[in-house]
Amino acid sequence: MEQSNRIQSATRRTYVIVWVGLLMLTGVTVSVAGMDLGQLGVLVALTIAGVKSCLVFLYFMHLRYERGFFFKLIIPVTVLLLVLFIGMVFTDIAFR
Amino acid sequence: MEEHKDDVGSKIGMWIFLLSEVILFGGLFILYTAYRYKFRGDFHLAAMELNRILGTLNTVILLTSSLTMALSIASIRKDSRASSFGYLAATVFLGLLFLGNKYIEWSAKVGHGIYPNSPDLLGRSSGEVLFFGLYYAMTGLHGLHVLVGVGLLSVMCFFVVKGRIKKTDFILLENSGLYWHLVDIIWIFLFPLFYLMT
Repeated sequence: MEQSNRIQSATRRTYVIVWVGLLMLTGVTVSVAGMDLGQLGVLVALTIAGVKSCLVFLYFMHLRYERGFFFKLIIPVTVLLLVLFIGMVFTDIAFR
Repeated sequence: MEEHKDDVGSKIGMWIFLLSEVILFGGLFILYTAYRYKFRGDFHLAAMELNRILGTLNTVILLTSSLTMALSIASIRKDSRASSFGYLAATVFLGLLFLGNKYIEWSAKVGHGIYPNSPDLLGRSSGEVLFFGLYYAMTGLHGLHVLVGVGLLSVMCFFVVKGRIKKTDFILLENSGLYWHLVDIIWIFLFPLFYLMT
């Protein structure tokens, strides 16, 4: 039982770097929103949000450091499937 | 009697719950997108009325609270309970700050006569009614999650002080952290959806 908590974890330095990255991406998405790119702006905003959530998943929720079938395969595949389903509904609505 | 403990099992259980939360909010995202395409002009007008500065501030607050949450777990791993408690208390404080901003934001909207079923709002076009309906429903549901998180983390603060969460057993803090980070991820998507895509 104690063994399970001994997985390697990110260092404080890594956490701070990830946090700075998240803040910078927030800055980018806010300034891009001011540029009025039309429908392309939606794509840019959602892509940046996707990158930000990947950072949170991998480092803050330390999916990157987890071991085993469930964490390495089931969770990423489930998240990707959800993204795919929601994304396909988006495209269906957009090109109807 | 020996206590049965399975940390990996409880973490897996937490993740399954979190994935169901993604489905819950995902459905609302789809609803938002569908109406956004149908009422593009109205959504554009309505989104311009939201306070982008408050929204950005709340994003920064929530991202920072995720950092303090992660640092709190890193501290307990190193057996420093005091700093773990400090970071956890900071996380709770930032969560409350987020809710305070939300309160200011919502009261300003209500003050302008924009709230569900208000005479002012019903006088507008149906796209704008839908936008503000979704705005209140989605940021409200998210705010509720933040409120639950603040409550949960306050209990964890107490557990850290009492020594129930310690270096050799911190799965409760770990799972609470996972929940808090997911609430952050949901906001990462809500923010551009309502405040930026005008």
